[in-house]
Parts: sequence; structure tokens; C-alpha cells
Amino acid sequence: MKKIVVLAKQVPDTANITGKAMKDDGTINRAVLPAIFNPEDLNALEMALEIKDKIDAEVHVITMGPPRAIDILKHALYMGADKAALITDRKFAAADTLATSYSLSGAIEKIGDVDLVLAGRQAIDGDTAQVGPQVADKIGFNQITYVSKLQEITDDYIIVQRDGETQTEVIKSKFPVLLTVTDEANNPRYSNCLNMLKFFKSNIPSAFSDDERKIAEENGWVIPSYDLESLELDAEKCGLNGSPTKVHKIKSITLTGGNLEMYDNQHTGIHKLIDDIKKDYIEVD
Amino acid sequence: MQTIVYIEKNPITNKSRFVSLELAYKAYTLMQPSKGEVVGVFVGDSLPEDTDDLFKNGLDRLIYYTDDNLKNLQSIAYKNIIEQIIKSEEPDIVLFGATHNGRDIAPLIASSLRTGLTADCTQLYIDDLIYRKENKGQSLFQVRPAFGGNILATIVTPDNRPMMASVREGVMTLPEKKLNKPVKLEKANVDFNKEWIKNDFLSIIPKIKHVNFDTSDIIVAGGAGVGSKETFNLLHQIAKSLGGEVGSSRAAVDFGFSEKVRQIGQTGSIVRPKLYIACGISGQIQHRAGMEESKKIIAINNDKDAPIFGIAHKGIIGDLNEILPVMLHYLREEE
Repeated sequence: MKKIVVLAKQVPDTANITGKAMKDDGTINRAVLPAIFNPEDLNALEMALEIKDKIDAEVHVITMGPPRAIDILKHALYMGADKAALITDRKFAAADTLATSYSLSGAIEKIGDVDLVLAGRQAIDGDTAQVGPQVADKIGFNQITYVSKLQEITDDYIIVQRDGETQTEVIKSKFPVLLTVTDEANNPRYSNCLNMLKFFKSNIPSAFSDDERKIAEENGWVIPSYDLESLELDAEKCGLNGSPTKVHKIKSITLTGGNLEMYDNQHTGIHKLIDDIKKDYIEVD
Repeated sequence: MQTIVYIEKNPITNKSRFVSLELAYKAYTLMQPSKGEVVGVFVGDSLPEDTDDLFKNGLDRLIYYTDDNLKNLQSIAYKNIIEQIIKSEEPDIVLFGATHNGRDIAPLIASSLRTGLTADCTQLYIDDLIYRKENKGQSLFQVRPAFGGNILATIVTPDNRPMMASVREGVMTLPEKKLNKPVKLEKANVDFNKEWIKNDFLSIIPKIKHVNFDTSDIIVAGGAGVGSKETFNLLHQIAKSLGGEVGSSRAAVDFGFSEKVRQIGQTGSIVRPKLYIACGISGQIQHRAGMEESKKIIAINNDKDAPIFGIAHKGIIGDLNEILPVMLHYLREEE
């Protein structure tokens, strides 16, 4: 059996910023942005589930974040993941990619005997694409990034396509290996209704009262939650303390327009625009 | 001070990638005030054939390690070799192109060296850093868009060395006048173990690039507002009469109006043509990140409040289905 861990992140939906999300001063109103499953992490999860459809495999999904990140773990269970775990601790807050990958690698080691780690290429809130490779380094796995297709998997090896800039590469690797997956790899499946019925009450242990917890455990609704101590991590390597990079300052981007010259949308305006383009950019013999 | 620049080769042209030349020059300008050294590091099967060009853009020295096993990206082997070079050179700064390969190995190296890496920087400068009231001396200030490009964050690495950053192709510029520096090549004195070769490349399919934004003075780009593939075809015709190239926003790709290779923006190409005509592009920050350095921007959109008008120099508010055919008509007139 292959043990697969999928790394997932809950992110603000930065890709669908509409007019309402912009404040009058041109900055972003974070409060109105919904929190979503990072899109390429869904592609990573889908790849794990496709592998499970083909060979004997167990799919674990882990995320690091505040308790509300439980939403994406439930979503993963609805889609067909076998197990989910939340990594949460105030001491993990303000982590850069290095500290994040350290905490995640602790959780992967806690799961133990993992053959394959799958992650989205990058998260839409930071776009760094660094956490996947840094986890691979911490757990000592080989890695293949920018995976755009799962071609073949057997007990001994995996063959994938990697999307290079000038070439597509077909790469075979033995296990263990970590892959980062792009949105071209697949179309993530919908939630399964039976799984939704089964897991809609799922939550972390502390969300249940003592009476409820027994029922929750019997029904498999308890999503384990790990903190710094239970993962036996070094506090100096977590959160802000463990982050070599620090934010020096933040500036909201505001549009600095100015000399906008408008043309009317009738023939006269369009004609003038084309004449201006021709005059400035097209050489006339 | 010393800066190391990771040098990459374009496997199709066998020459240095543009981003490597751009970073060589950026490193040169960063090192100028302190008269610091700029060292290139190359790993692969053979050196790029235009190594002298790297020196004309700012390198003082190029350290290389070549082996037939290193023709294609071997993450673990590349990491181990580059890490050994960094450990022996002890640079203050290490710069990577934020290419698919650069973004593969830079994080491995930063993790292994336990230092900071800032991705996709759009500005880099050196200044004195005061962090928590302590003077950390001359440090690299790394400016990058974050939160989907809605904020610009300045990142510093106060206590760890080297300070590592990646930069996307097209963000930094080349020198106006080439530098006159001697070629100085140096074979890396490092251990190499075949056990580090973990990836078996079964086949390689070159991508044929139909789109060349680098050499286009004019780009005609369309977004979701174009509305249909048929209307998008008008953009191709307009671009053709102007001698330009066609680009698109991510939304236009998602709707199937345009191909992924034409995507401009944070997850596509970064362009800076003389003229950028944005049709039916609202101008979300992710798109602006890829084109706002264009010299002139013309926006055509039916939404007068679209953010694209905030950065445009000329604009028309109206329906593209009516405007584009008229544009084409006047463009073809007198041809």
C-alpha cells in the first residue's frame, strides 16, 4: 500500500477580487474575501485520489492554519480523502516558507512511512512555490515540481510530465518523492454525497463537548489536531522565530493614474485613436 | 560584499537565459557601491555558448560544474553542488531567476542553508537595515507583490546569510551599454555523487513557442470582456495590421478565447512593449503585474470604472463588438 500525504492550504480568494473588495482608497478589503481551498492543492488532492483509484493507496490530507481551516479538510474528506489532520498552534503564526515547511515536515514524520507527498505548485496568497520543495528538503525526499500530468504509477515508481518553460519533460522517479502539481494536471472531482453525509459533522476534538466526542469518535467525525508539542517540534524553528525573512514594510497598491485621454466610441473617436496609433507607432514610408 | 547569481541555459538556443543576463547586471549594480564581486554559478552538461555575454552584463567570475548526468534538472544533485559552492564562497546575496528550474532548486538550497528566500522580487536594493533597534548593516531589501499582487511587501533577512531572492524574467533590465569585463571561468571544486541523480528523464518534448513577446513593440491583449472566440479573432487581425503580438488575460484563457502561452500577468509572461492595447480587460492586479511597465497603455472597456483606466494613457468606453470592427476598418484604410 502506498501512503500519500497531500499538503493543503486555506487561502483568501485573491483571484476573484471584484469591485466590492476594493476600498475607496484602492486597497483591499480582506474581510469580504471568502476563504477557499487553494486551487492547485485541489489538483494535488485530485492526483492523490486518481492514484487511489488505480492502486492500493491511503490518502492523508494535512493543513496548517487556524481552526477554521477545518473547512478545507472536510472538503477533502467529501472528495474522498481517507484521513485529515489539522496542524494548529499560535506559535506557528507568522511563519515564512522555511518555518512552515518545518512544521509540515513534522506532521509528515508523525504520519510515518510516507511514500509520496503531493502539494499544489503554489498558493494564491503568496505565490512563492517554495513550501513544497522546502518540505522535500526537510524530509529528505526527491522532488519533481510543476507536474502537469500523472502518466503512470506502480508499486516501485511513478512517471509524470513536468511542465518546463521550453520543454515538457517525462520523468520517472522512485519513492519516496514529493510532487508539486499545477492546475493543468487534472480537473478536481466534486464532493461525493455519501461522504458529505458521513463527514459533515467532522471537526477537531476541542469542538465537541465531552458527551458529543464519544459519538463523534464512533462515527469517525474527529479530525485530529496537532500542535507544536504533539509534533515534538523545536519552537525556535516555528512561526515568526523560525522565519529568517521578516516583513519590513507593506504598501497597498493604489492606482496612480493621471493623464488619461479619452476618445469617444463613435467613428470619429475611433478614427482619431487609430490615427494617433499610426502616427506614433507605425513607420510611414 | 559578494553576490552569487545562478546562471541558467536555454536548452533550445544553448545560450544563457535572458533572466541570467538581467540578474548579472542587477547584481553588478547592487555591488557597485561596495565594489563587491559578482560570481555566476552554472551547473549542467556544458556551459552556455555565450559565456562572454554574461561578463558583458556584469559577472566578475563564473564558477561551473559540468557533467553529462546534469543535462536535465536533477534537483538533489544541483542543490548539493550549488550548496557546496555557496559554502565555500560565503556570499552575502544569492540571486535566482524565478524560472521553473530556479523555483525548483532555490527553495531546496535556502532550506538546507536555513536562510531566507524571497520569491519573485520586483525591486532589490541595498541599504542599512535597522531591525528591532539593532543595526544589521548593509542588507538586501527585497520588494515583492503579495496577496495576489494587491500589496507590495518589502522583505528583509536580518540575521541569516546569504540573503536569497528570486526574480522573474523581464523584471530587471539589461545595461544600455555593455560592460568591458574579462572572461574568468573557474571549474567548481566540489564533490559529486551519482546517487544524487534521482530523476530519470524518459523523454523531452520541446515546446514550440508561437508567441514572442520579447521582440514585440505592440501587444494587443484581450480579456473576459471580449466575450467570444470570434471577437478575439478580431484582436489577431488588429495585431497583424499593427505588426504586433496578441496577448490575453488569464480570464480569456480560462474562457477558452485564447491560448495559455499568450497569458500575460502574474502567472503568465511579464511584458513591457511600447504600446499595450487592453481590450475587455478589467485590469485586475494579477494582470497589471504583467503589463503595467508598458510605455503606453490604451484601454477599451465597457465599464468606465474598470481599474485598467487607472493606469491607461488613452481610453474608449464602449462595446468591443462595435469598436473593434471600426478600428480594423480604419487600420486597413490607406494600407
